[in-house]
Amino acid sequence: MSVLSTPAEVPQGAPVTRRTRSSKAQRRAVALFVAPFGILFLAFYAIPIVYAVVQSLLTVEREGTFGAPRQVFGGFVQYQQVFQNTAFWESVGRVLLFGVVQVPIMLGLALLFALLLDSPLLKGKKFFRLAFFAPYAVPGVIAAIMWGFLYSPSLSPFGAVTSNVDLLGADLVLWAIANIVTWVYVGYNMLIIYSSLLAIPTEIYEAARLDGASNLQIAWRIKIPLVIPAIILTAVFSIIGTLQLLAEPQTLRSFSSAINSTFTPNLAVYTTASVPNYNLAAAFSVVLALATFILSFVFLKSTQRKVTQ
Amino acid sequence: MTAAPATASKRRRGGSSTAHGARNRARGPRQSIMSRSAAMLIMGVFTLYFLTPIWWLLTTSTKTGGEITSTAPLWFTADSAETFLANLGRLFTYGDGLFGRWLLNSALYAGVGALIGTIIAAMCGYALAKYEFRGREAIFNIVLSGVLVPATALALPLFLIFSRVELTNTMWAVFLPSLVSPFGVYLARIYAAASVPGELLEAARLDGSGEIRTFFTVSTRLMAPALVTIFLFQFVAIWNNFFLPLIMLRDQALFPVTLGLYAWNSQISQIPELRSLVIVGALVSILPLIIAFLALQRFWSSGLGAGGVK
Repeated sequence: MSVLSTPAEVPQGAPVTRRTRSSKAQRRAVALFVAPFGILFLAFYAIPIVYAVVQSLLTVEREGTFGAPRQVFGGFVQYQQVFQNTAFWESVGRVLLFGVVQVPIMLGLALLFALLLDSPLLKGKKFFRLAFFAPYAVPGVIAAIMWGFLYSPSLSPFGAVTSNVDLLGADLVLWAIANIVTWVYVGYNMLIIYSSLLAIPTEIYEAARLDGASNLQIAWRIKIPLVIPAIILTAVFSIIGTLQLLAEPQTLRSFSSAINSTFTPNLAVYTTASVPNYNLAAAFSVVLALATFILSFVFLKSTQRKVTQ
Repeated sequence: MTAAPATASKRRRGGSSTAHGARNRARGPRQSIMSRSAAMLIMGVFTLYFLTPIWWLLTTSTKTGGEITSTAPLWFTADSAETFLANLGRLFTYGDGLFGRWLLNSALYAGVGALIGTIIAAMCGYALAKYEFRGREAIFNIVLSGVLVPATALALPLFLIFSRVELTNTMWAVFLPSLVSPFGVYLARIYAAASVPGELLEAARLDGSGEIRTFFTVSTRLMAPALVTIFLFQFVAIWNNFFLPLIMLRDQALFPVTLGLYAWNSQISQIPELRSLVIVGALVSILPLIIAFLALQRFWSSGLGAGGVK
């Protein structure tokens, strides 16, 4: 490679030429470093997004009932359909309700566990850290299969509960899914918050302790404000994850008849694509991606302002 | 954004024991015992919550289909070991060894995919952190918006594109899109900025080492804990990815293990014998990840928080 053959010995009196030569080598290196990711990002991120937008602007036209289908430009026809599709908006409302309840519970628990791990009150911290994190190694599909069995009236080891309370019925199945998601992700979020607690210099606490602050006061007044950025990060990822729910409800469908084919927005995308109505499915995808992007962006901006205040 | 999680945590752990000792002496022992027990109680209860489903999976894999309902649910039977081996044998022979195939596919998609993806992300993040060049901020902002675009939103358009070039229902359709991880680039940039000193790069330049060689021999070593974290994140993301294989693949022989188990699970009502296979299969499929996490613990537990430290 020519980059490697840049002469090591450069005459002392010529720093200018050396700088230009090395900066040329650096430019080439940057191009080599960025290109692989850049090309793949373009091919499998940027182009699909553009392609989805294009597809969502097309509509299928037939000449007569039995004519060959033909894609023509339809403007916002698909988006009109999206906005009139009550099933889709019901699914959006469902995951928003899910997120409003599940995300604060999950992050609240994660924060509590992280603070306890960081406090002097616990023994066996390493064990708790691993035990709480272990569910993160269980993929959503597998977690849903496990909990599906645990929820089912006939197979569950908690039959006394599950034969009396229909966890897989229409009223509770959304919260049954919330429990699965919480089970998988609490430990992961706990670790993110815990690592940022570890990064706080201890001197800060020493000073507070000398002033007579209790553990609770230290946690509330010092630790929590300092880990807010970590909590915001976990919240953004949780919001994105909630809007994208698919694996858990789709898997639970074989345990519960209460989950229909448009239970979450992504299920609606999948169902519509299987019809197949690709143009409408593409429009769903675009609306969902935009909504996710805007929601997480607005959340990031509004919390950042609060933090700096 | 600055982060030096490893050193910070070490410093913290070294200093904490004396702090605790001082605190305990200052406080009455009674209150300390009460809050200690409360803390242990909370953690104990939630340990049960987190581990019981996995324990149930373990005990249930050692039972025959009939024993699942007829024996004590969270404990083993007299001939657990034999039944477990028999279940394993059936799992790997059912449908011409389909399950083994799925495991291999998952290892390929997630293992090779995350490995290549990590190298690519590390190179890009490193360039963004360590070089001044035109368009640097623009690229970083595009990468950041990529983090906020959920991967599942891309599954359908990817399917439409791959069907245009007739590559759906091939391994490439799942493998290639999995290589791209904007979050990996974001993390790599943070880690590279924190762990690779600019002076070192200057010194390497004066020694006549090329930029690329410096990256692969010096910088990757400094970034090693971070690279393991990025690898693990991407490995988990690919291993757990459901929508992409679901929409891309028809041929069962190409399925990753999650999609395969999903397919078996949805056939249980027609083929009841699949139930115990799904349960044993679920256990076998989560073991590699749990082992990987345990083995690489010291890397990710220090690297994980850096994304949130600002």
